[in-house]
This record gives sequence, C-alpha cells and structure tokens, in this order.
Amino acid sequence: MQTIFSIGADALAYGMVLFVISIGLSVTMGLMKFVNLAHGAFAMLGGYIASYATQSLGWHFGFALLAAVALCMILAVPLERFLYRRFYGASELRQVLMTIGLTFMMIGIANWLMGPTLKTIALPPSLQGPVDIGFRSFPAHKIFAAAVGLITALGLWLLIERTFFGVKLRAAVDDAKMAEALGIRTKAVYAISFALAIGLAAMGGVVGAQLLPIEPQYALHHMVTFLVVVCVGGAGSIGGALAACLILGMVKTTGAYLWPEFGNFFFYLAVIAIVSMLPNGLMGRAK
Amino acid sequence: MKFLCQTTAILALCAGGAFADTIKVGVIGPFSGGAALQGRNFQAGIEAYFALNGRTVGDHEIEIIYRDLPAADPGQSAALTQELIVGEGVQYLAGYYYTPDAMAAAPILEEANVPMVVFNAATSAIVNASPLVVRTSFTTFQTSTPMATVARERGIERVITVVSDYGPGVDSETAFVRAFGAAGGTVVESVRMPMSTVDFSPIMQRIRDSGAEAVFAFLPAGPQTFGFMTAFVENGLKADGVQLLAPGDLTQESDLPVLGPNAAGMLTTFHYAVSHNSPENIAFTEAATAWLGNPAELSFPAVGAFDGMHVIAHMIAATNGQQDAAAAVDSVKGLEWISPRGPVSINPDNRHITQNIYLREVAEVEGQYINHEIQVFENQGDPGWVAP
Repeated sequence: MQTIFSIGADALAYGMVLFVISIGLSVTMGLMKFVNLAHGAFAMLGGYIASYATQSLGWHFGFALLAAVALCMILAVPLERFLYRRFYGASELRQVLMTIGLTFMMIGIANWLMGPTLKTIALPPSLQGPVDIGFRSFPAHKIFAAAVGLITALGLWLLIERTFFGVKLRAAVDDAKMAEALGIRTKAVYAISFALAIGLAAMGGVVGAQLLPIEPQYALHHMVTFLVVVCVGGAGSIGGALAACLILGMVKTTGAYLWPEFGNFFFYLAVIAIVSMLPNGLMGRAK
Repeated sequence: MKFLCQTTAILALCAGGAFADTIKVGVIGPFSGGAALQGRNFQAGIEAYFALNGRTVGDHEIEIIYRDLPAADPGQSAALTQELIVGEGVQYLAGYYYTPDAMAAAPILEEANVPMVVFNAATSAIVNASPLVVRTSFTTFQTSTPMATVARERGIERVITVVSDYGPGVDSETAFVRAFGAAGGTVVESVRMPMSTVDFSPIMQRIRDSGAEAVFAFLPAGPQTFGFMTAFVENGLKADGVQLLAPGDLTQESDLPVLGPNAAGMLTTFHYAVSHNSPENIAFTEAATAWLGNPAELSFPAVGAFDGMHVIAHMIAATNGQQDAAAAVDSVKGLEWISPRGPVSINPDNRHITQNIYLREVAEVEGQYINHEIQVFENQGDPGWVAP
C-alpha cells in the first residue's frame, strides 16, 4: 500500500516537471502553429543562465530564475523579429530544419562556452534535501516544481481563455487577415506569444534541472519527450498537456518500478495507444 | 581491388617509413561532443608523457596525429583508422574511448602491420579481437570484482544491483554478482535501467522495498550518475544507511565537484585516483594539469594515455623504429613499470594491463571532494577475460 502511494507521489511529481518544461512548446505548436524544435535549447539556455547566476555570481535561486526567464524573453524578441517571423506559414519541414539547425548551433555554443560537463543550479536550503510527507521522505524541489506547474497551468489558462490578449491571440491564429482587418496588431501578438513561450521554456529548464540536468546535449536528449507531451495532450491545449503529463508520468513511473527491464516499452505503448485513438491528442481541437 | 590498393599503399609507406626519423602515432578519441573532456584527458596524458620523457626515442621523434570521433560510431572509427594508416602512414594506433570503436578497427591491424594501444575502451573481449591489441586502461570486470570482497569484509549480506542497460553496465553487474555469490553473499535483485532514465525515484523505491543493505550501481558518468546520486540522497536511502557501492567510473574526479556532498562516503573500486600518493603520480598530475589548465578536469583516461605512450615508446625502442607490429607487441609482453597508478605490467597472454585496484572513499579534503584510497588489491588481472 505504501509502495502504491509512493509511486503515485513520484508519478505526480515527474508529470508536473514534464508539464513545466513542455507547456511552452505546446503554446508555440498549438497556438502559433510553429514547430519549434529549438524549444529544448531555450530551456537549456535558461538553465545555464540560472546555473551561472547561482554558482558564479552567488545569486539567490529565486532571482536567478527570474533573470533566466527575463534574459531568454529579451533574446526572443530579436530572434522572432529577424528569424522566426520569416518562417511563419512556411511548410513544417522548413520550420523543423531551421529550428533543428538552431538547436545544433546552440549545442555547439554551449559546449564551447560552458564546457562539456553538466552544470548544477544551487538551490536554496529550503528546496534541498528530503521532506517528510507522512508515509515517506520526498525531494523538496519536486514539490516546488509541481507547485510551479500548477500555477503555470492556471495562469496560462486564465491568460488565453479569460483575457483580452487571449482573445486577440486566438483570433490571430484562427484567421490572421480577418484579425488584422479588425485592428489587431497580429505581428505584436505573435511576438509576445513567442517571447512568452521562450520564457516558459527557460522556466522549465531551471525548475526541472534537478531531473533533467543542464548539459550541452540537453536539447537533443529530451526533444522526443517534449514532442510526445504536446502530441498526446493536443497542441495548444493546456488542460490536454496537463492530462498528458500526468498519464505519461504515471505510466513511466509505474513501468520503471515494476518492469524496469522493459525500458520505455510501456511509455511508448501508451503514447501509440492514445495517439491512434485520439489523433488530435487528448484535448486537441480537430483540424 | 580495394585491399590490393591499400596493401600497395601500405607497403610503399613501409618502405619509406622504416628509416625515417619521425614515427607517426594516430590517436582516435572523442575530442568534441559530449565526451570531449575524456578526449582532452587523452591529450593531457600524452602531453604529460612528452613533458616528462621527451618527444624522442633514440633518433626517432614521435608525432601524434589526432582524429575526432565524438560518439561511439564503429563505421566512422574504421574509416578514420584506415585513413590514418593509408593517408597519414601511422605506425601505431592508439586511443579508442568506446568498445565498439576499438572492435571495428581491430580487424585492420594485421593487414596494415600496425599495433593498437587501447587507452580506454574497457570490455574484456577487445584483446581477443586481434593479437596486435595492447590495453593500458582497465576492464569493467577488473574494477568491479574486488567490490564483492569489500562488501563481504564489511559484513554486508544482501545486495541489490542496479545498472544501466548497456554493455559496460551488464559487464559490471555480471562481475559483481559472480564474485559476491562466490564470496557467500546474496544478490536479492538485479535491476537494469533503460539508458534514457531521468527520474530515478521509482528505482529508489525498488531498492528500499528489496530490503538490501547495500546497492551496487553502474551508470555512465554525467547526467545519469548525477540524477542517480541525487535521487539516492533525496529519497532518504543514504540517511537510512543503505551503502552505495560502485566501480570508480561513477565518481571520476571531473564529476566530483558536481556530485559533491551527495557522493560523500561512497565506496568505489578503481585502478586510479588523482589523489594517489606516489612521486610518479605527483609528477604526472603536475604535468597533466599544466597542460589542461584546470586541475578539476583531470580524470582517469589521462593515465591510460600516459601509460599507453610508455608502451608505444618501448615498442619504438625495441623495433628501432622499424614497422614490425608483431615484434613491437612481443616486446611489451610481460613489460613491468611503475605507473602513476602504481606498479603495473602487461599480461603476456592477453596483452591487458595487470594493476592494483584500490578501494576509495569519497572524502572532503580542504573544501574539495577527492577519491581517498583506503585499501589495495594488488596485481589484479582481468577476471572477465576468456581465452579465445
């Protein structure tokens, strides 16, 4: 019984970390219709900034997290203006090739600047070590990551479904020309959405760094996982991504406990089953 | 036809190369990509050898030609090896970080009349792939087996083994299970984890539920080891007194600054620790870190490369610079010398290095974590080697 609770807690925590890291990609792919395979590279960039800020500059984790998100969002503006904007509406293959090229460049730069070894982010004492949650001890930073995931989910849902910006974004995505005719500055809406997605990537990279450590190959190592979350959840659906992360977290954690020798067999079996039954993902809109 | 061309080219080079005063050594290793630090350690070991012994053997000057192989890639390894032999005319091949790369290059050796000195790749079977292979690193069997004795000496009865599901992991598991069973211990469970595992919490729960007193683990160094050690501490296993045992790959010196306090007190068995206290090692580490620039980057592949250069220099002296691979390899069979890791010799039967294996404990000394040697297993051969 205790083991079942234990696996449940691990699954929940893993699923939420997955959500924090993948949700930005769901925003770009679902709302902006852009296949941004460089998403993981921005998560890595955020991680490197936070690692440098906490380890070399001695900043507090909270400030480092804010700095990582802010710097990545600032970098996203010129990148969107001069590079990504040229590929809006382009074929998916061209988007994939451009962003995978960008990923390899960022891997190379990270390797050159920061070296091939992995970097850690110094956590404040309150997030270090185990916390007693009644039936077992549990890593404190995982509870923090899960909380960040929940707040992000709620915040994004409110932003997209309940604010005027959300209305404009959805209008710009559904029919850019009509939206523009109605006076919506679609370019600005896209730029803000892109920066927001990059900021989410950076936050995910920092918050999830204990589980997915920051190293130059980060983007390639975890790319498939991010894509699987978006695909299973339904691109652009926050509830879908959340559900996907929790289901996949449960399958992966249970599989790793009961049948570790099967590797990721059950994980991918679940992915195939869900995607073949629901081609648009759990909560994706039909095209 | 291809064979004929290569042979002709090689013969032409031999005829010209025999009396030349420059001996070329081709070194293949990961100089870029995820394992670039290990490639830099190859270079550090070679440069340290030159710094301490000079670049010449008699009248012959040694020239190193590096080729980058960022990840395990047998096809590319074979291609680079051929290119070094045919294009550059190397008389010796060296390096090879990953087993598949060494295996892919081995069939070319006899045809090309070139010996290979393996600086790192650690599967027992490599020396059987060609009679011209000499290895100066270690095998996973060699470093994992003494840990069974350590566990028994400390009164540990029940152990769970947890390894990454790939060649070295399986080797390590087999070596430990065999030796621990023979020493009267019980392996209660053996778990093989997929290589892509990032969340080790379920594994930690599994270890807890198994009721074992100790875990024997093997994972590739880097993100995996970091995640494993962190999970081990955060899930309370370390606090509960479960002992973590592993071969030294897990606590290599270049990873210790990151693993830090999570690894403190951990026991590992390995052939080399940067902290090894001997005049040979002090001279070696000074020369190697002078080249690396950063003392924290020095790790075990450097000593494999350093001793590899010692073997190559001996081969050059024994053959007086002539290209005769069989004679060169014969000359080092049974060769004994004092390495930075302690006394070593080349086993005449399998051309693998016989060496001391040390039990080390991760300890904090003057604010830095080191592998502190606390026990010696002398003159260990390779228990995983099976005569062909």
